[in-house]
Amino acid sequence: MSAATTLPVYKKKDFQSDQDVRWCPGCGDYAILSAVQSVFPELGIPKEKFVVVSGIGCSSRFPYYMNTFGFHTIHGRAPAIATGIKLARPDLDVWVATGDGDALSIGGNHTIHMLRRNVGIKVLLFNNRIYGLTKGQYSPTSELGKKAKSTPYGSVDRPFNPAVLAVGAEATFVARSVDVFQPHLRATLKKAAAHQGSAFVEILQNCNIFNDGAWENLTHKDMRDDHTIALEHGQPLVFGKNRDKGIRLEGLDLEVVELGDGVSEDDLLVHDEHHESPCYAFALAHMDRRPGFPTPIGVLRAVDAPRYEDLTAGQIEQATAKKGPGSLADLLRAGDVWQVS
Amino acid sequence: MQITGSQFTNTAALYGNDLATFPDYPAEIRAPAGTLPGVSGFQIHFASEDVYTPGDAVDALVAMNPAALKMNLQDLRTGGILVVNVDNFKDADLRKAQMTSNPLEDRTLDGYRLFPVELTKLTRAALKDLGLDAKSMDRCKNFFALGMCYWLFNRPLDSTSRWLDAKFKSKPVLAEANKLALKAGFAYCDATDAFQVSYEIPAAKLPPGTYRNISGNSALALGFVAASQRSGLPLFQGSYPITPASDILHELSLYKHFGVTTFQAEDEIAAAAAVIGAAYAGQLAITTTSGPGMALKTEAIGLAISVELPMVICNIQRGGPSTGLPTKTEQADLFQALFGRNSEAPVPVLAPSTPGDCFWIALEASRLAVKYMVPVILLSDGYLANGAEPWRIPAVDDLPAIPVKFQEAVADFKPYARDPETLARPWAVPGVAGLEHRIGGLEKQDGTGHVSYDPANHSRMTHLRAEKIERMVRDVPEAAPVGDPEGDLLVVAWGSTFGAVTAAVRARRAQGRKIGHLHLRHLNPLPANLAEVLARYRKVLVPEINLGQLRYVLRARYLVDAIGFNKVEGKPFTISELEGKIEEVLQ
Repeated sequence: MSAATTLPVYKKKDFQSDQDVRWCPGCGDYAILSAVQSVFPELGIPKEKFVVVSGIGCSSRFPYYMNTFGFHTIHGRAPAIATGIKLARPDLDVWVATGDGDALSIGGNHTIHMLRRNVGIKVLLFNNRIYGLTKGQYSPTSELGKKAKSTPYGSVDRPFNPAVLAVGAEATFVARSVDVFQPHLRATLKKAAAHQGSAFVEILQNCNIFNDGAWENLTHKDMRDDHTIALEHGQPLVFGKNRDKGIRLEGLDLEVVELGDGVSEDDLLVHDEHHESPCYAFALAHMDRRPGFPTPIGVLRAVDAPRYEDLTAGQIEQATAKKGPGSLADLLRAGDVWQVS
Repeated sequence: MQITGSQFTNTAALYGNDLATFPDYPAEIRAPAGTLPGVSGFQIHFASEDVYTPGDAVDALVAMNPAALKMNLQDLRTGGILVVNVDNFKDADLRKAQMTSNPLEDRTLDGYRLFPVELTKLTRAALKDLGLDAKSMDRCKNFFALGMCYWLFNRPLDSTSRWLDAKFKSKPVLAEANKLALKAGFAYCDATDAFQVSYEIPAAKLPPGTYRNISGNSALALGFVAASQRSGLPLFQGSYPITPASDILHELSLYKHFGVTTFQAEDEIAAAAAVIGAAYAGQLAITTTSGPGMALKTEAIGLAISVELPMVICNIQRGGPSTGLPTKTEQADLFQALFGRNSEAPVPVLAPSTPGDCFWIALEASRLAVKYMVPVILLSDGYLANGAEPWRIPAVDDLPAIPVKFQEAVADFKPYARDPETLARPWAVPGVAGLEHRIGGLEKQDGTGHVSYDPANHSRMTHLRAEKIERMVRDVPEAAPVGDPEGDLLVVAWGSTFGAVTAAVRARRAQGRKIGHLHLRHLNPLPANLAEVLARYRKVLVPEINLGQLRYVLRARYLVDAIGFNKVEGKPFTISELEGKIEEVLQ
């Protein structure tokens, strides 16, 4: 068969399964599903090569709605199951849909280990800062003091910042987008799709039932420009409704500065998503923990590193090239043998 | 000490003896030498006739220090040979072994043929020209003792010498030192007439063929490589290090040129999960662990049952509960294998009988997994894993075929359509256009695989998952007891008790008793004719290294008044205690 077999031209509806979508009306997950179904046809990948794997939670119903190969697994384990798939079949395009509880609480261990190994898997972490499917307990990303079903007096847990965690595991691709920023989300998903290695995308998502307005200060049209900063590779870090604020390097730390009055864009930090050191991406990812700093969205980090599945397959190839394909008869007779007649 | 033991084992095997071994070592990596918990032992039973166990009482014991003597003297038969390293019987050594008087002087050892040898001094003298420091020289003293044993049992030194050359290829001086110590031990016996007599153990009459020595863990590794070759499926092992299963991971990681992928996961759960992923993607997927790891894999096994994907889960059992006795053997995970999951979650359970049988059971477990599209649990144990026996190497062409069929047809494809005979669902791996479908741990509608909360469908699926395992009984050989086909007593056992039960039943039958021995390799489903076989005997005895788990199953399922014989000391049965129980039951 010719390798030049032309790829069918896909449309969004080709990636829509025949299953009724059963998220709550108004859920941010609809927007994420729509963005993914819009992006997949544009990736130049045969539909049968996509595998969408999920754990447990609202977000993890995702595979049922994608007309691809899909595997709804067990709580927290999607990265590990996806790792097995990718090791067995590196040619498949494996995506994990997960949530803040699934990926960072019960499955935190698998998440960090998948990232540090740099397995070629795209992870979409739907972060709504709440447990939705179990009806409203606080999550590992819920803010300190969060009053939820299991924390009537407020949460005393210090939350995870998912991007900080991913950078801490030295993930090779870390990005953040928002459910309602559709063009930004689609562009971010495309960049993740193009990345060779683990691509970690935190998607800030609203749960209108149990945590409505979770990200309102970032999404409300009156507030978003002052509270977010859209990262663009090679561009200075400017934000604000009037593009009048920026991020400047001060010693080893970052500071927010007002533009004008002797401070120009030339003084600002210029975003370099390929910065080798994870410290830079860490500083960016950590900004939203600090009063007065904006929440960065876009690609925080994108660096090249060998993929786990390639290294694994490479060892098999090298061993086979060196020793020749294994002979079972020889293997069974290896070492000291003796004859009984 | 473990190396010394395995060298003696190889030499005895190459000589043509039948043999069985029992390595017994502490869980601590470097437990303080000379202390009671630090004793590392290796028992070998070799003979010119069939050998079934490492033996009850030993004929010859080598004790390198007082602690080793204290821990093992009760196993030495009266009049047995006792070699001790007198250099290690100073006051400090006695204190470490918590001994208040020196057994070499207080007549404790009067009933034995005692050979006090200055093992440390003699070894140093033999190595004095090599320029090694005292510590390095003292490390060679076990090989001096091995040389003495080779003299005592008339063994050649060449196999061990070759092994030392290969082992210390990059440090020839250490190869030389150990070889010198080995020869010096041999020469010492020759020159001093210390033992006066030596023993000739002729080759055993084993069935014709080519033989090698094999441990249970090694046999499992080879069995899975064979299963991969016979099925044409690449082998994927996902495991997390755990005693006593890690050696399987070590060995399979050497076989990359057989297309084997080994994945050392971040934890036991990830190991099982990655295996599910690899199975979903079309590989022969296995995970290896021991009891505590098995507990962690429980939820993943449930998923594999629900999505009906093939894989083999090996539990190399050890003493428990919890961390328990990591390096000691037990058979107490049968309930866990049969019942240890939420809801109705049946799985096939297989258990090998001997180290060599581990090879065959790996093939059988793989074959059943892909034929029925189910996870299969394989229960080995620490005694099989580390014990070794001569193994007749099979011809590759004689190995069972493992047919595999992936879903290819796109028309009318349903992910939960079922094979009318086996009830297996199709193995539809990603990458095939037109087969895109979704599976998951939520209950599925039979046929379409769509999520379904329909009560009647859940009932149907629950029964289907159970019936699939029940139908597997067609692949289980009928129960055929060895010994008397009917009579006074049937001894039903499973797993690593095979050797001891075989020897005990044989000995009692030689005394005229009417006894059958049934050794179950398939624990779920059980052989179709088992009820009928049980009914042919007046009494049923079930010896197990647990508190009666198989007995419980037999009583529940067949309403048979089975009698238990149970031991949980981290040690296998001795033949004599089994014989004693058989006699007691027959009274």
